[in-house]
Amino acid sequence: MKSFNYHAPKDVKDASKLASSNSAFLAGGMTTIPSLKLGLATYKDIIDIKNIKKLSGIKVSGKSVTIGATTKHAEVASSKEVQKAIPALVKLAGNIGDAQVRNRGTIGGSISNNDPSACYPSACMALNAVIHTNSRKIPAAKFFTGMFETALKKGELVEAVEFQVPEKADYQKHPNPASRYAIIGVFVAKHKKEVNVAVTGAKSCVYIDKDLSKKLSSSFSSSAIEGMKVDDSEMNSDMHASSEYRANLVSLYAKKAVEAC
Amino acid sequence: MASLVGSRVERKEDGRFLQGKGRYTADINIANQTYAVFVRSPHARAKIKNIDTSKSLKSSGVVGVLTGKEIAEDKIGGLIAGWAIRSEDGSEMKVPANPPLAKDVANFVGEPIAVVFAETLDEAKEGAEKVKVDYKVLKAVVDPADAMKSEAIHDGVDKNLCYDWLLGDRKAVDEAFAKADKIIKVDLINNRLVPNAMEPRACVVDYNSASEEITLYTTSQNPHLSRLVMSAFGGVAPENKLRVVAPDVGGGFGSKINVYNEEIVCSWASKKIERPIKWVAERTESFLTDTHGRDHVTHAELAVTKEGKFLGFKNETIANLGAYARVFGTVTPTYLFGPCATGVYVIPAAYSNVKAVYTNTAPVDAYRGAGRPEATYTIERLVEKAAMELGIDKTEIRMKNFPTEFPFKQTLVHTVDSGDYVAGLEKAKQMADYSGFEARRKKSEANGKLRGIGVSSYFEACGIAPSAAVMSLGCGVGLWESAEVRFNPTGQISVFTGAHSHGQSHQTTFAQIAADELGVPMENIDVVHGDTDKGTFGMGTYGSRSLTVGGIAIVNACKKIVAKGKRVAAKMLEVNENEIEFKDGEFVALKSNKKKTIGEVAFACYLPGQRDEMKSPIPEGDEPGLIESSFFDPANFSFPAGSHICEVEIDPDTGNVKIEKYTAVDDFGRIVNPNIVEGQVHGGIAQGIGQALHENTQYDETGQLMTASYMDYTMPRADNFPEFNLGFTCTHATSNPLGVKGCGEAGAIASPPTVMNAVIDALGGQEISMPATAEKVWKACKVMKKSNAKAA
Repeated sequence: MKSFNYHAPKDVKDASKLASSNSAFLAGGMTTIPSLKLGLATYKDIIDIKNIKKLSGIKVSGKSVTIGATTKHAEVASSKEVQKAIPALVKLAGNIGDAQVRNRGTIGGSISNNDPSACYPSACMALNAVIHTNSRKIPAAKFFTGMFETALKKGELVEAVEFQVPEKADYQKHPNPASRYAIIGVFVAKHKKEVNVAVTGAKSCVYIDKDLSKKLSSSFSSSAIEGMKVDDSEMNSDMHASSEYRANLVSLYAKKAVEAC
Repeated sequence: MASLVGSRVERKEDGRFLQGKGRYTADINIANQTYAVFVRSPHARAKIKNIDTSKSLKSSGVVGVLTGKEIAEDKIGGLIAGWAIRSEDGSEMKVPANPPLAKDVANFVGEPIAVVFAETLDEAKEGAEKVKVDYKVLKAVVDPADAMKSEAIHDGVDKNLCYDWLLGDRKAVDEAFAKADKIIKVDLINNRLVPNAMEPRACVVDYNSASEEITLYTTSQNPHLSRLVMSAFGGVAPENKLRVVAPDVGGGFGSKINVYNEEIVCSWASKKIERPIKWVAERTESFLTDTHGRDHVTHAELAVTKEGKFLGFKNETIANLGAYARVFGTVTPTYLFGPCATGVYVIPAAYSNVKAVYTNTAPVDAYRGAGRPEATYTIERLVEKAAMELGIDKTEIRMKNFPTEFPFKQTLVHTVDSGDYVAGLEKAKQMADYSGFEARRKKSEANGKLRGIGVSSYFEACGIAPSAAVMSLGCGVGLWESAEVRFNPTGQISVFTGAHSHGQSHQTTFAQIAADELGVPMENIDVVHGDTDKGTFGMGTYGSRSLTVGGIAIVNACKKIVAKGKRVAAKMLEVNENEIEFKDGEFVALKSNKKKTIGEVAFACYLPGQRDEMKSPIPEGDEPGLIESSFFDPANFSFPAGSHICEVEIDPDTGNVKIEKYTAVDDFGRIVNPNIVEGQVHGGIAQGIGQALHENTQYDETGQLMTASYMDYTMPRADNFPEFNLGFTCTHATSNPLGVKGCGEAGAIASPPTVMNAVIDALGGQEISMPATAEKVWKACKVMKKSNAKAA
């Protein structure tokens, strides 16, 4: 690991000021630290945001669940309030990585990194989340822009994620047996007026499967999407899963999610 | 006194390991040490045109940079193949030189080219980045099946062929096949595995320029053997100036048998730079450079009668050695594989033909089971397929071909001294509720799932020893084991063993057997291993040999202690030696019932006299002190055996395979500590299930390792396993006085075919290769659905 300057600011303003084109924010460090250790990334400044109190915590209202950026997966997984409002989110958080990852990794880190096979981005998309940053609010649909890419600008820091409470929702994941990231993760959320089927792991970036969403919006039942073919043309094909297999899993897990709702 | 052998004594090691008090090589630091970082080839095959170290030498903190040129100039020898194998045509195997630092050609990704020493690890890393190597990239040979048709990667090794070995009689096999009603055929790939010991390899070297002694702390399964190899072949230092210490070692599974490049280079360099050196592998280095396991391509056939009697067996295998032949690399696919390929069956004619090839991949060597898992997979797939094709129950066809009398002269090499294969399979059937399977299968079917059951019966030749036998087969050393028992004046006992514990719990097991022999509490005994300056000598731990060979040396040394104790006690009690009985730690004079404890006798051996009287307790011809040693060389291998049964349920929509039940019934002879044995079986089965369902080492066509981290290489985890259902039968080994057989490898030998037979059973006999990953199984389910639809 190359040496760097370590900063641990107490508030967002200071954190933002320290940011440059050669810096990284550090929350749980589940990706940043291994990248540093492997020499895949080098930074002049590492800005540890774990000491910024206002970034952590969970707020639940009737219509929304807001999770602070440095809230750990384990905290979400064990939250009774989230369990009451959006049980699918608790299920998702409780199956990320392993116990060590869940006790270090954070929601802000997960969505800012936007790994194509991370679980949280699918929840953001399906639950019409709004990403609160230190300068603006970004709808999830505009936040995840590509593989490991987001709408965040230099020095812009995720403060919280606000999820819309759906009528029903479920998350189904086919984990990569090695890394336990999602080979496929399907988040189905039934809102009052629409159904969103968000898919992670399948392509270079999380997306809403419009065909599945449309079908389920007109009839929310597993039979409505039974045997529906999913187009695999843009899907990832690698040593862990072919695009054909991934397409099969998307359709299958969407069905399972509807059944579990 | 109750016998400790056979009881569930708690592990002496647990306290230390569970509290983080283990002392591993990486925990050792020496004042003024430098840190080593190796420059490794990024190419699978490349000519090294030039190495420019000038920038590295100027880099901050760098103490020295050494390359293959300097090590060659100093005439330091390379890595060796420990067994010489002859081809069918009588020619000797072809072994290329394997220098510790590649000088002219690099032959696999990760092969060390140069080494940088610096004041800190970060500086060493930075220095390593500044070594500029000019390569000419050559076309790599990666696939073992293509190796013989590809360009030769080593000078003088035609067709990349190390040897073309035959065991058995082709003519007799042809005759047997001509008489068969049916020939069963399989084409198998035994997938390459990365051993993944929890502790990566490491070494710390301390050179004392005054005494000219080198102390090497290293992650080795066999420190004495390392010293011998480094001294005799490496020329690093004379044996008496080289101390090798393998302290706590966190798992080996065969991958820490070899003396590696890094140990030779750092030992040599420490003398050269006159500074201590520390090197600890990163996980990626372990993936790239630890010796890998398995990697066979096999075509095998079994000739059967319609009643299911086996008549003949043939096995044509290509074994991938990787880039170089290492210590057990050449014997693993031959004498550890071929003889066991006929399994637990009476098969009148058989042969195994193995072509071992070099490729531009990491060297392949012994990995838990070493050859015997590959052998068992071959025969047990054939037997299961035979049962299916002949319509005979899979347990019945096995019973039909088991030997019923022991010693059992197995077709190719071994004479199995003891066993009861029928009893083992019967017990496994009962424990697995074999007869209730059909009902469970129907229930799964009703839920849209596929259920399968698989059986595997195995035996293995382990307790790797008989020196005369192994040396006649080409082994470069004898494989006896030694022990020394030092009874200290105050009653504590140090037991020195040449075996090495890196997870096997020798401190407990060996203390149990010594305590029983000497009639003292186990707490009085300390088992010492892993330091060439402490123990006499030793061949180390692999091949399930520690107890069957090393344990017996301890028993024999203890017996010598008791024999001397008897002589001394007789003199002390003023009776004849034959009037003394030793029982529960006491020497009793039978007539007078006067006694001396073994502690009193030991005390007298060290303080042989008393005040006011000229009287010694030491009989004439004996000497003071109470220290005895033994070198044990058994007359035969030992032959554990057993039957495992696995039941899986497959979800055809995802291809996910769930192991519903796993039953293992093993015959390890006498069991010293059931806790430890069960732990060994659990670990072995877990590794075997890993091979069958999860683990796969994949190189791309240029020889880059695609699965070089835990993000991509699937290590099985606890939630991949059911609770294992273990049972034992017991027939005593006749080749050693304890009747023990060895248990370290059995689980990894028996389980891959057991699991695969279950998966293939669930798939209606459709063959798939290991690992049976979800996608592969899903594809097979689709094929099955199609053919079922056609049939309907």
